[in-house]
Amino acid sequence: MMNENILEVRNLHTCFGRECIHEDLNFEVRRGEIFAIVGGSGSGKTVLLREALLLQEPTAGTIKVFGETPRQVEKNGLRQRTGVLFQHGALFSSLTVQQNVETPIIEHTTLSPGLRHELGCLKLALVGLASENGRKLPAQLSGGMLKRAALARALALDPELLFLDEPTAGLDPASADALDDLILQLRDSLGLTVVMITHDLDTLWRAADRAIFLGERRILAGGTMKQISGSGHPLVKAYFQGNRGRGAREAAWNPG
Amino acid sequence: MTARLPPKSAGLVFEADYPRVRLTGYWITTAIGSLDEPMPSPGWWPGRAVTIDAGELRALDTAGAWLLGKLIGVLESQQREWRLENLEGHRRTLFELVQSRQSDIRPVEPPRRQGMLEQVGRASHDHLNVANALLAFIGESASVLFNHLIRPWRLRLPLILTEVEEAGVRAVPIVALLSFLLGVTLAYQGSVQLRIYGANIYIVDLTALTIFRELASLMTAVIVAGRTGAAYTAEIGTMKVTEELDALRTIGIPPFDLLVLPRILGLMITLPLLTLLADVTGIFGAMLMAKSLLDISFQSFLDRIPEAISMASFVLGLIKAPVFAMIIAAVGCFQGFRVTGAADSVGRQTTLSVVQSIFLVIVADAAFSVLFSWFGI
Repeated sequence: MMNENILEVRNLHTCFGRECIHEDLNFEVRRGEIFAIVGGSGSGKTVLLREALLLQEPTAGTIKVFGETPRQVEKNGLRQRTGVLFQHGALFSSLTVQQNVETPIIEHTTLSPGLRHELGCLKLALVGLASENGRKLPAQLSGGMLKRAALARALALDPELLFLDEPTAGLDPASADALDDLILQLRDSLGLTVVMITHDLDTLWRAADRAIFLGERRILAGGTMKQISGSGHPLVKAYFQGNRGRGAREAAWNPG
Repeated sequence: MTARLPPKSAGLVFEADYPRVRLTGYWITTAIGSLDEPMPSPGWWPGRAVTIDAGELRALDTAGAWLLGKLIGVLESQQREWRLENLEGHRRTLFELVQSRQSDIRPVEPPRRQGMLEQVGRASHDHLNVANALLAFIGESASVLFNHLIRPWRLRLPLILTEVEEAGVRAVPIVALLSFLLGVTLAYQGSVQLRIYGANIYIVDLTALTIFRELASLMTAVIVAGRTGAAYTAEIGTMKVTEELDALRTIGIPPFDLLVLPRILGLMITLPLLTLLADVTGIFGAMLMAKSLLDISFQSFLDRIPEAISMASFVLGLIKAPVFAMIIAAVGCFQGFRVTGAADSVGRQTTLSVVQSIFLVIVADAAFSVLFSWFGI
């Protein structure tokens, strides 16, 4: 049970016209782990995430979520078991934050309005937003609050698999730390599986169990953070051995 | 989505002989709906000490943990002492996580409903504000326009020409087709009546007067309001949402110069031309009908036109067009600038823009009629 593959990618190719951005990607995400997708800008991370979310079809290859093909996933309503935090939040702009968080609950459960409201407030509290913020429209929130509200919506149905697209981008360091803590806490208490794209080296060192490094259309390195950062490939080296990379690594290995 | 998760249910058993509450089944978001009345009645157990047994729990998530917290809250309010058993491992962690956030949650009261008087007051106030802002906008347009007219080399000619192409050339097919159909309809309805009296030739007076003087300009203005005015609002509104307007300002380009002025000028050039086109195709439609229904040849139809209407009527129809163009472009741009916040606002302002510009065009048309009849033209 523990080593069950939640997400499985086999021989994945993605091409836009003649330009290919993925060539023969293979990896799997196991239940209960925090899995990071790393890579330079334009290396096709977000496209990969969209394919894993079944929003976009790969040119060739298969993706299995919860061990099932995309068609079965649609048929069996497995989408309810995944939650997504989009890069820019993607909150519904005509609804208040509270209504945004309640939308999946309204759609998929038969809870009473009172309980629904309390659960919405609870999710907001979990991501560190005061209940009063629920009344606001997404346009009235700051960038960091927007991100947290979007995370609250992603968590609304307590998904088993959570996709995060740059969760800490645009957050101040304290909020980013709090978000890392929250993700770890949720993983430990809910048994959540997390797939995230991130450029935040602190998050990578603190939270990620395993990661893959995308570049030159392939997976340049994969495994634990220690294994990846020890890779000899020049692109990976440049990513982790730059000034920023070294600082984060030292912080991770010399806590306090 | 039609497919649902396999039915799972949550259960709660109060045992009175042994003071124990048993949690059973799946305490998860999709299942706790079956726990209709999870709270014990005060008379359930006369004693104080109660055990909560989570040993038979199959699954627990944040919603379940929240409900468990509520249950405990009720037990406490009944002055009972509770003990939680068999909640181990990550479920215990989750329960504690949810409990720790409980103090942060203050259910927010829904906003107060407004009374009739308050609604009327607020609406009037809002409308006055909009009218005020529109007036200010028109004033600003006029002053910028004047500034540019005395320094015409500062006008952005390529932009104006782009607008002429976008609003004019691309609208030719739809305007031509609709005014042709209008001429056909008008001539058909008229000829049915005129034939009864044998006054066939007066079909020319009827169609030429209505088309030249009123319908061509009005019809074209309505089409352009729906087609171009709406596009102006949506474009400027989206630019506002994505902060492009602010970007323009920081680069030192007044959005007004770049976005409003070329559109107003472009449309003022375009609309009279489109109206002229509508005149021609409308009359052509009428001529076709007159020939087929009343046997009036093209030549006699055309010969009759100068006798039927004066040059003044024809010119008056065209004079209205630049005024309509100004109304449409100004309202379209104005509503675009009024977009606030997010995507839904763009849609709302676009609707408002079309409704208001058509409304104002018809009001202006009525005003023209009154004005012309005063001057006896």
